[in-house]
Amino acid sequence: MSTNLRPVPSAPESEISPELLLRLHELMVKARVLEERLIQMYKQGDGYFWIGGPGEEAFNVPLGMLIQKGRGPQFDYCHFHYRNSGTWLAMGGDPIDSLRQMKNTATDPFSGGRNFVGHYSRREWNVVPVSSPIEVQHSMAPGTALAQKRAGGRGITIVTGGDAGTAEGDFSTCLIWSSRPANPLPVLMIVTNNKWGISTSYQGQHGEKRVSDRGKAFGIESKTIDGNDPEVSYREIARAMEYVRSERKPFLLEAMVSRLYGHSSASGANRISDEADCLVGFERKLEERGLRSRKEMDDLRARFTAQLQEAHKKVRDEPQPDGKTIYDNVFADRDLVREG
Amino acid sequence: MSNMVQAIRMALHVAEERHDLTDVFGEDVGPPLGGAFTATQGIKCAWNTPLDERGIVGASIGLGLAGCRNVGEIQFCDYAYNTIDLLKLAGMMYWVSNGDWNCPMTIMTPVGSGIRGSVYHSHSFDATATHIPGFKIAMPSTPRDAYGMLLSCIVDPNPCFFLVPKALMRVRNAPGEEIPGEPGDDRALSKMIDAPLGDRSKWQPRWPETPDLFVPFGEARTVRKGRDVTVVSYGRTLPLCAKAAEELSQENLEVEVIDLRSLWPYDWERLKESVARTGRVLYVNEDTEVTNFGEHLVRRTTDELFYHLAAPPKLLGGAFVPGIGLADNLEMASVPQLPSIRQAISDLAAMEA
Repeated sequence: MSTNLRPVPSAPESEISPELLLRLHELMVKARVLEERLIQMYKQGDGYFWIGGPGEEAFNVPLGMLIQKGRGPQFDYCHFHYRNSGTWLAMGGDPIDSLRQMKNTATDPFSGGRNFVGHYSRREWNVVPVSSPIEVQHSMAPGTALAQKRAGGRGITIVTGGDAGTAEGDFSTCLIWSSRPANPLPVLMIVTNNKWGISTSYQGQHGEKRVSDRGKAFGIESKTIDGNDPEVSYREIARAMEYVRSERKPFLLEAMVSRLYGHSSASGANRISDEADCLVGFERKLEERGLRSRKEMDDLRARFTAQLQEAHKKVRDEPQPDGKTIYDNVFADRDLVREG
Repeated sequence: MSNMVQAIRMALHVAEERHDLTDVFGEDVGPPLGGAFTATQGIKCAWNTPLDERGIVGASIGLGLAGCRNVGEIQFCDYAYNTIDLLKLAGMMYWVSNGDWNCPMTIMTPVGSGIRGSVYHSHSFDATATHIPGFKIAMPSTPRDAYGMLLSCIVDPNPCFFLVPKALMRVRNAPGEEIPGEPGDDRALSKMIDAPLGDRSKWQPRWPETPDLFVPFGEARTVRKGRDVTVVSYGRTLPLCAKAAEELSQENLEVEVIDLRSLWPYDWERLKESVARTGRVLYVNEDTEVTNFGEHLVRRTTDELFYHLAAPPKLLGGAFVPGIGLADNLEMASVPQLPSIRQAISDLAAMEA
């Protein structure tokens, strides 16, 4: 990482209990093992395409733990991108469902075999369908936030994206619409900056030192943090969320993260050796503090790996969607989003 | 009697009072202007947005997902082209989530030629709109239909396009086609619901009591019965087709004219019945003629009604040129006008079976 991309140091104090640290760790391991399993599925021919977020667990897991999940404007609306598997798991998602989407089975609860892996969707939790076009979620986010502002309460809209996507006009749309003096909106804009857009480096394309600097022009509270540190991430996400929940105004949070397996299967999905691994760093800390031994961590990983191996076998035998279903659900005859 | 913009305004009022319409928004949609064509004057939930069409469509989707019935306006459809991927996204929301997330929203936008709008205020949008599955599409040609179709769009659980032919914005209902409850006297209605010139800060509209009148999707309207030729049109060209049919009746040619008005879903049963009876059909619209929606109708007519046809099904569309030029002659030559429509009908009627 070059000097000008270094995150702003966060306050050193720790407000996180040992129990929470262990829970964070467990979910980070689970998320990593899930992504590794998905890559393996791709390589074994159990899926056409892989994309995901291995390397972002230290940020994505705390994010998922802090989201107020539920249905309707009193809860958080989530406009994710396709690297949020850690967030999904931390919200309580079942990893086997990701495998189902990877294998495009009829049982895939997010899209019934219609969409790529990592494209989560669940109305019960206000997770709107993830879409492949980069950054469009930033244009939709002000809409749900507007409904929340009007409804009152503490529900907020969370929108996530990468650094490369901030070049799209939709990012500016979100900055402008969420900070309109006529009606500022409770939007938490998150940029996980892995310094890459497929094969193109951030540094070659972006003159701004930090993405978060762009918030300043709109009077938006902004910060860049070390997204590879789960303790920092947890604290900073909690603070940003509290600001958005109580002030009903936007916050732009940029987290510097790693990309451990490249962009997607299109670039091979092989392990990148020169990126910092958030899990390795965190495990070292847990060991040093005597919170979890190496053996316990290895056992944990082995347990999740075995569970997902079983899940993989199960998903292999699940049915593919019937071609006759392509016309299903083009039009709704019930207004589900308006039903209580 | 209302014109089309007044009818739209009355529908929005009814929707915000009785059908949970929470937001009408777009560029210059709120006070003081109330819309470039005045279609949103006096609407309480109307507000101005930044000059950002992607933001408008995006916010419309977001509001819809949060259960808020809303109407987002693109000031001219010519400016909707940078939102196509978001429109695709809206159209696929229910399908891609396999029936979990529906998205109630309406995109309202003026379309077509007729006001000498030059290159970027004259585009049509029906070919593009019908190329985005998942949307229902309304395109009225009368104020009454505008009223009833906009209400249908607003209460529908799916994304809807409400395409307003800008050449017909000031056209009034024909006698007998009034919106129930509206004053018969144009000036009386104008005094009630048209914002005054100058300072409008204290102005309040006085709305007439108009009913819930829903013109359903998928139901065309037979404007004129006839035995010789079927003409199917919508929007600006529809009244021209009706006029041409009236003129041709002097020549003993009986032309049936159908206002499709709901482009998706559309009333194939009515078209089928008519074309099977007349054996001749002309589809008329003003979008560019290549990959025109009328081409789909021609194809379906050929597929399903071939043995009923006495002549090839025809399409009269706009010229396949990049834009509509400003000069009078250029606009007139680019999109169907009364003489070219009349000629096309005559030619079709004269073709030997």
